[in-house]
Amino acid sequence: MVEAHNIVRVAGVARTFTMGTQVVQALRGVDLTIKAGEYLSIMGPSGSGKSTLFNMIGGLDKPSTGKVFIDEVDIAQLDAYELAWLRNRKIGYIFQTFNLIQVMTALENVTLPMTFAGASQDEATEKGLELLGLVGLRERHAHRPQELSGGQQQRVAIARSLANTPAIVLADEPTGNLDLTTGEEIITLLKRLSSDRGVTVISATHDYKMLNVSDRVVWIRDGRIDKIEERAQLNITVGGIGTREG
Amino acid sequence: MSQAGGTTPKAGRSDRIARQVVLPFRKSLEISLKSIQVRFFRSMITVASLVLAVAFLSFTLTGSDVAVGLLQSGEPQQRLALVDAGYDLPSLPSAAVSPADEAARLTTSPKERWIVILSLLVCTVGIVNAQLMAVTERFREIGTMKCLGALDRFILRLFLLEAGMQGLAGSLLGAVCGVLIGLLVGLVRFGWAAVTNVSLVAIGATLGLSVAVGAGLSLLGVVYPAAVAARMRPVEAMRAQE
Repeated sequence: MVEAHNIVRVAGVARTFTMGTQVVQALRGVDLTIKAGEYLSIMGPSGSGKSTLFNMIGGLDKPSTGKVFIDEVDIAQLDAYELAWLRNRKIGYIFQTFNLIQVMTALENVTLPMTFAGASQDEATEKGLELLGLVGLRERHAHRPQELSGGQQQRVAIARSLANTPAIVLADEPTGNLDLTTGEEIITLLKRLSSDRGVTVISATHDYKMLNVSDRVVWIRDGRIDKIEERAQLNITVGGIGTREG
Repeated sequence: MSQAGGTTPKAGRSDRIARQVVLPFRKSLEISLKSIQVRFFRSMITVASLVLAVAFLSFTLTGSDVAVGLLQSGEPQQRLALVDAGYDLPSLPSAAVSPADEAARLTTSPKERWIVILSLLVCTVGIVNAQLMAVTERFREIGTMKCLGALDRFILRLFLLEAGMQGLAGSLLGAVCGVLIGLLVGLVRFGWAAVTNVSLVAIGATLGLSVAVGAGLSLLGVVYPAAVAARMRPVEAMRAQE
């Protein structure tokens, strides 16, 4: 993408939760602009509001105040159909716990979003196999999630997130439940897909390996953006922690 | 809540989008069938109370089918056997009680009817309970589907289809069991005449009624749990994962 436009814009977003009698401020006014094709990581300790911000961007939660725009559309204005459409076509979700549907095979999991989008069975199967091939699991398409390893399940989930060629892939702690090597494979795969397909990848994480591939890192602390670092600055800050990519 | 300042023209968009997010009926049937298959044991438990209640209903109805059959055979000793068995009949056909009236006396008593209705009520509550648990177990699956773009009514339809199929299978099983046991009891009480005289139409009606009642109750029992599942927001479903 040459002329990158703003795919996500978060303006003054705050979110409060009421837990019993206590009011918890998860987010206290966040402004953030994400360009199309970017690989962005949201970093922060647990309880920092990271997941809340992430859910807002994904249209899974609505802000108490402020606005979230996806492709310059205010998601607070969307009705149930439009939100479903957005989740179906515009956004691909990847979860920490993979969240594959246990009763379906790998291929059926990948084709489900395409079925929702109105694709025919043949069309969906063909594209599903192609996507499974992309993540290296084509020959395991008939396996159920329980018969796959964690890394393989996450790769199926990545294939599923790409089912309707979304503009944004949201990954919530995609390596959180995986061991180091598998986690690294998943990160490499995400990065490759992002650069090959021009997909915007937004991931919430506290995996430092993720920093090496990110174009930008947003650090969240106490419901606010602590700092935003560009790739160039990153290499200096994290130089000692992770292995730099060659 | 932030409203106003619309950045998008909304008019006419909903219709187009509604048609773009779909779940064909055949596909939903496929998904719910698979879901029952995979969770077969779970489904059996959900259905067990329905099988029992429907069996009780069809057993009771068969009992009166047998009695009516015996009465309509017109043989005096069968009539006496019925009187011996405690049915409220004059020992000889009399002008005071018309044949239709006599047949009506052989149908279920108000007390029996109450017990049957109560058992059906208890069974419905059991179904609601079991289905609510099934929904809780599947929070994550439902939430995931919603993240993939499923509309509320897809979820509703999946649960209704599942319950409908469970209800049909369960009540068919229960109805057949009830009829068989009812005939067996008739056989023991009145001998072969009980089975030879019973009208097939009456048994058919008993089966039909029992299956219809059972399937209806199964659907009724799932309405609330399915609505709970369908209305759940995806973020809540995701939160339920820990």
